[in-house]
Amino acid sequence: MRKSMVVVEGSYAVAHAVKVCKPNVISAYPITPQTHIVEDLAQFAADGEMNCEYMNVESEFSAISALIGASAAGARTYSSTTSQGLALMHEALFNASGMRLPIVMTVVNRALSAPINIWNDQQDSISQRDTGWIQLYAEDVQEAADMTPQLYKLAENEDILLPAMSCMDGFILSHVYEPVILLEQSLTDEFLPAYNPEFVLDPKNPMSFGAFADPSTYTEFRYKQEKAMGVALGKIEEIANEFKDIYGRYYGGLIDGYVLDDAEIVIMAMGSVIGTIKDTIDVLRSEGESVGLLKVRSFRPFPRDAIRAALKNAKVVITLDKNISIGKNEGALCTEVKACLYNTDTRVPVIGFMLGHGGRDIPISMIKKLINKAKLVEKGIFVESEYADLREDLA
Amino acid sequence: MSLLKPGHRGCAGCCDALAGKFVLDAIGEDCIVVSPTGCLEVFTTPYPESAWGVPWIHSLFENAAAVASGVEAALKSLGKKNNTKVIAIGGDGATLDIGLQAISGAFERGHDFTYICVDNEAYMNTGIQRSGATPLYASTTTSPAGKVSFGNPLHKKNMPAIIAAHGSPYVATASIAYAPDMMKKVKKATEIKGPTYVHVHAPCCTGWKFESSKTIEVGRLAVETALWPLYEMENGVVTNVRKLKNRKPVEEYLKMQGRFKHLFTMEGGLEEIKKIQAIADWNVKHFGLE
Ligand SMILES: Cc1ncc(C[n+]2csc(CCOP(=O)(O)OP(=O)(O)O)c2C)c(N)n1
Ligand code: SF4
Ligand SMILES: [Mg+2]
Repeated sequence: MRKSMVVVEGSYAVAHAVKVCKPNVISAYPITPQTHIVEDLAQFAADGEMNCEYMNVESEFSAISALIGASAAGARTYSSTTSQGLALMHEALFNASGMRLPIVMTVVNRALSAPINIWNDQQDSISQRDTGWIQLYAEDVQEAADMTPQLYKLAENEDILLPAMSCMDGFILSHVYEPVILLEQSLTDEFLPAYNPEFVLDPKNPMSFGAFADPSTYTEFRYKQEKAMGVALGKIEEIANEFKDIYGRYYGGLIDGYVLDDAEIVIMAMGSVIGTIKDTIDVLRSEGESVGLLKVRSFRPFPRDAIRAALKNAKVVITLDKNISIGKNEGALCTEVKACLYNTDTRVPVIGFMLGHGGRDIPISMIKKLINKAKLVEKGIFVESEYADLREDLA
Repeated sequence: MSLLKPGHRGCAGCCDALAGKFVLDAIGEDCIVVSPTGCLEVFTTPYPESAWGVPWIHSLFENAAAVASGVEAALKSLGKKNNTKVIAIGGDGATLDIGLQAISGAFERGHDFTYICVDNEAYMNTGIQRSGATPLYASTTTSPAGKVSFGNPLHKKNMPAIIAAHGSPYVATASIAYAPDMMKKVKKATEIKGPTYVHVHAPCCTGWKFESSKTIEVGRLAVETALWPLYEMENGVVTNVRKLKNRKPVEEYLKMQGRFKHLFTMEGGLEEIKKIQAIADWNVKHFGLE
């Protein structure tokens, strides 16, 4: 453990990262497992450690709505939520991105009801895929904390101006105590410039936000959001590198490979399961197996070109999804990876496994099982997509 | 020229346009306006045009109070609040129905802002459907009069009392038909610190079905029949009412409007009008209007 490291709860590391980003307005509503983040921020505010308005609103819907107003008035804004709370925000999420407001929010990933379940999967943020928010997924606590200033820098870029979600797995990352480096204020001040938006609600220069667009203009608003996502695609890598230069830490930009280049079997995943996969790969590599990992860090914008390039030597691809599109029997990563390879010469089989829903544990033995299944593909046994961890006694 | 500029797409004789104009005339340039979805929002901002001469934001139908509270929090945090007034101007649907929770939260939190409800007594923007502000027996597209119905069967929700119960320092009712009174109350509301509320009665010629030249006349009759009492409440106590000299029977108000026409033609309709008269009588007693 490095000297500058401290052992803190994941939520605390993130709350601390938010603090050093100096938001002007925080607005949130408690929901497990996000609560510790907002409680820690409330304590910072109560102790006078933050010069910001901390709003205790009456719902997630008002939490995000208040930030829409605050951001339009020129404030740097922050919220955090999960699951039901994120679903309740749904309508306003489109609104924030359509008005090009660079709100940053930590989504502490959790399953959706019914049945009600407070544990981790990623159905909540995946279900907000098309709301026009940038979505990055963190592998561990340090990355979740470090993502915060990275996302402010990205979202507030004047050629991007899109809201952004930093997604971290509920409990697995939010409630774990891990050694981390808390973000230094001085380095953050160096990395993240003050927010000085060009378009704000200001009586000295009146502007209208949120006008009514008819069929003759609506499409171009949406197109420009898509274009901004395209800019973000390039900036994510650039900002990750700037972060590395200042803080000395790097997690990949859009994607990250782990013993990937010569790997015949490539596992793709997002979030905290990456750690388990790396451990599994270490064991299998020592046994001579040709297995590698492709971590997807940015789900929106989706790094199509980077993924295509990274998979060009693969023989089989396995995707892991902590979400399902019911009626398609497939998780989102699986669908998107398949789609991104379709118009290329890389025609490797992609097998989708859905697992870890509602907090079901994903042990190393499970990853090994899936890799063994992938090997069968050479013999012609092909699984399109399936639940990997069903309990036969209940299914 | 008014800060709500001409050229917008409101109907001729539009109540919401008058309300918006009076609000801005009362407050002046140093304000930020939040509008929920509704007639006023839609007809003032057909992109790339905007009728608003002050900074203005529309987010959604049900969140204007929350957005306004965020604007206020941002101004405070950035040290830019100074004298700038934060105003939400919402329709009755946005206020009494779908946005009620956000309003309750914002008033509880005590933001320094003024919420103005422009009450045209139905969802006009979507085609005259009933709202919690639609009065008893008004015929709307979702509470139509019919062979077995006298129209909207429910009573108008008492929104000013709900706001007063939140501990608001200033709650007032007003009418676009009494512009100087309305502007005085709007100005007073914005000058009082904390969350304040003005509920403005706004007769909509299109939705209520009367001649577009009669907007003010209908608005006056609502007050003169005591169906819309004008009063001010400070810290929960009624401190001022507009007294009525020669109170008129409610029929005079009802018969001017197509939405109540069935009461005069259907069997038993005149009997039902007594229930509307009883509402006016209650107002007179409760607020001491005579
Ligand atoms: C969540 C949601 N539900 C429904 C609508 C459709 N809608 C838009 S405006 C409106 C009615 C507005 O009524 P009111 O607030 O009374 O304003 P008015 O148009 O009458 O001035 C409705 C139902 C919407 N925009 N959003
Ligand atoms: S329907 Fe009524 S409120 Fe809407 S624009 Fe016409 S007159 Fe104004
Ligand atoms: Mg209305």
